[in-house]
Amino acid sequence: MNVVFDWTVWFAQMCFLLAMGCATVRLILGPRAQDRVLALDTMYVNGMLSMLMLGIRSSTTIYFDIALLIALFGFVGSVAASRFLLRGEVIEP
Amino acid sequence: MTISDLSPWFTVPAAVLLVAGALLTLVGSLGLLRLQSFYARMHSPSMGSTLGTACTLAASMLVASGLDGRPVVHEVLISLLLALTSPMTSIVLMQAARARSQPH
Repeated sequence: MNVVFDWTVWFAQMCFLLAMGCATVRLILGPRAQDRVLALDTMYVNGMLSMLMLGIRSSTTIYFDIALLIALFGFVGSVAASRFLLRGEVIEP
Repeated sequence: MTISDLSPWFTVPAAVLLVAGALLTLVGSLGLLRLQSFYARMHSPSMGSTLGTACTLAASMLVASGLDGRPVVHEVLISLLLALTSPMTSIVLMQAARARSQPH
């Protein structure tokens, strides 16, 4: 039974890896800058999920903290890049 | 207690949730790659960042609870954080895209 669960975790990890690959292709191709910001936004969510898969596989809780920090700083980075595209500067005086 | 001696009451729902979350996230990212315009591409990754993340975090919560022998709910924190921040990113990015696509 647990062999099936191991294969499921492996399958989910490969799915997140493939999703990160799709986001990387969009990051390289992206015609304009907002496509690249959207691809980075997708990529950090997928990276956070694959960190959670590593946490399930190794049965420790340290990966949870890494995933929480990736979620927090990925949001800050995406909003900063979007604000830069919108106004031309990140923090307005 | 390691992951190989979890009872099936934890691993079977966790496996179903993991497959669902992984496929949702993969379909969302494929949509990001395949759709034609930016405004169409805006929609598809949010499928992975809401429902896909919720399914995966629920599976992680189940496995952590089974390993510790008590309810472990701290994955709710990531879920809450993403549910609060993902619409905010979308709003600011869409405003930026609209401002950049207008002729000056």
